[in-house]
Amino acid sequence: MSVNTLSLPKRRLPLWWLALPVFLLLFALSLLIGVAELHLTQLGERDLQILLISRLPRTLALVLAGMSLAVAGLLMQMLARNRFVEPSTTGTVECAMLGLLLVTLLAPAMPVMGKMLIASVFALAGSLVFMALLRAVPLHSTVMVPLIGIMFGGVVGAVIAFIAYRLNLMQSVANWTNGDFSAILRGRYELLWIGAALAVIAYLTADRFTVAGMGRDFATNLGLNYRWVLLFGLAIVSMISAVTVVTTGVIPFLGLVVPNVVSLMMGDHLRRSLPWVAIMGAALVLACDILGRLLRYPYEIPIGTVFGVIGSAFFIYLLLRRSEGRS
Amino acid sequence: MIEIRNLSKRYGDSTVIDNVSLDLADAGITAIIGPNGAGKSTLLGMISRLQSIDAGTVHIDGLDITATPSMTLARKLAILRQENQISTRLRVIDLVTFGRYPYCKGRPGPEDLEQVQRALAFLNLDDLAQRFLDTLSGGQRQRAYIAMVLCQDTDYVLLDEPLNNLDMKHAVDIMQLMQRASQAMGKKVIIVLHDINFAACYADDIVALQNGKLAFQGHPEALITADKMKALYDIDMTIERFKGRPIGLYYA
Ligand SMILES: Nc1ncnc2c1ncn2[C@@H]1O[C@H](COP(=O)(O)OP(=O)(O)OP(=O)(O)O)[C@@H](O)[C@H]1O
Ligand SMILES: [Mg+2]
Repeated sequence: MSVNTLSLPKRRLPLWWLALPVFLLLFALSLLIGVAELHLTQLGERDLQILLISRLPRTLALVLAGMSLAVAGLLMQMLARNRFVEPSTTGTVECAMLGLLLVTLLAPAMPVMGKMLIASVFALAGSLVFMALLRAVPLHSTVMVPLIGIMFGGVVGAVIAFIAYRLNLMQSVANWTNGDFSAILRGRYELLWIGAALAVIAYLTADRFTVAGMGRDFATNLGLNYRWVLLFGLAIVSMISAVTVVTTGVIPFLGLVVPNVVSLMMGDHLRRSLPWVAIMGAALVLACDILGRLLRYPYEIPIGTVFGVIGSAFFIYLLLRRSEGRS
Repeated sequence: MIEIRNLSKRYGDSTVIDNVSLDLADAGITAIIGPNGAGKSTLLGMISRLQSIDAGTVHIDGLDITATPSMTLARKLAILRQENQISTRLRVIDLVTFGRYPYCKGRPGPEDLEQVQRALAFLNLDDLAQRFLDTLSGGQRQRAYIAMVLCQDTDYVLLDEPLNNLDMKHAVDIMQLMQRASQAMGKKVIIVLHDINFAACYADDIVALQNGKLAFQGHPEALITADKMKALYDIDMTIERFKGRPIGLYYA
């Protein structure tokens, strides 16, 4: 009995056995589908080139961005103690974009790593403003919280649009918010490994975020330095946002949909659920990208668009479902 | 012992804890009573470092709470507040296991798990262990929170109206559990109670707050009198005796 209640629910292992093959299948499909034809049976020089320079980088970029964005969404939900937030509904992404825009204007020659760091700092500042706004606005209902974030993001977005419009940079700005993986080549995506590393760090410190998600009083009672964890978590979220903005552009709603599904499935004990968030984030992105490539073959629909349709529909469904449960 | 000296808390220009000095938790169970808004929760919040102190000091076993690392305090003192809302989806067993966080940082060993089992059994939660908190009734959830706080296994246990939402049996169970914990394990329990009869039956020491000031402190026998209750709650009470303790009748 005592052993039984402590052991994790029985179906955990089989689920992994189901999830891993699905993920690998998607990974393989993503490598194989493309305009340029691959001859796998007699892998020639050219096929190898396509694989290594274009296909593999693209697939890896999808996986890395998918998992890190999903994890960033999960962390943000724990820290803001709200299910409806993710970096693109808290102003974090917009602030990262503002940072990137300014650095592009003022120091265009800066290496991409430096640009990413500056975008991270802006994103962190934005996240902190969002948290301060939450504290300042009394009576925040569940739905108010993301609305505050979206409004804040809207204000920052307006500033970005103003600057970009005057300087004819609207096109690049549009790319930052709407993830596009079609132009990914070797040498253009490697920064995303930083995002994956940050997701791993989040996993290693997962218990802190689970405790922080219980709220300030519980966390402090358990000896956690709540403010520090908040800052640490927001820093991870901000850097992940910045890394993706700089490389591929973010995929809106990904960080919202995936953690919510996983939470419904297995709860919010992050040490258990975070790996699922990561793998489901990656799998979903791979699937949407494959879909985007096949729907109008040989043309592509950007993944941000494919996922935006699926994601926003799901977001509305969640809003309705949860608010129904509350009243 | 918890030594409170000249403690004050202000919100704007209203003083909700006004220069309070007292020694708490010499004895096993200390009950804090007083009308709504007297400052009981605020006092508990400041003692447990959850609320900032505007003036004065709190020492726990000689440790200044503002200068002691939070993690050290977490092994000395556990608090359950009056209102608790955990919005994330956690299973009861996970919540209770996090009571061991100050010791194991989320990697519970066999000893920690034993504590968890004991706390679950104490609070009758065995059958609910795998349930998510958001699927429990208010009283069941309250018991899960109490189990977590007990699992923290601290010398001082601070509970702010823990009997909220509990049915009579579970309320009595918890008071008896606290009594056992204080007598058998030497724990010092500080508990905010609204039902003065629970205080009369179980407390070794009663602290009464009124308008942010210490109204009186002492043994139930000396405090549960018609005069004092009239002064504190402005209600006429008949005092009877039950099992050697005073009991106040005020229902009609
Ligand atoms: N954040 C706040 N801002 C302003 N006033 C506050 C705040 N928090 C508490 N107060 C006031 O401080 C006083 C003491 O509150 P506290 O919660 O400590 O009372 P209490 O004795 O626990 O009451 P109850 O029995 O109702 O729980 C109350 O008058 C309350 O209105
Ligand atoms: Mg109170």
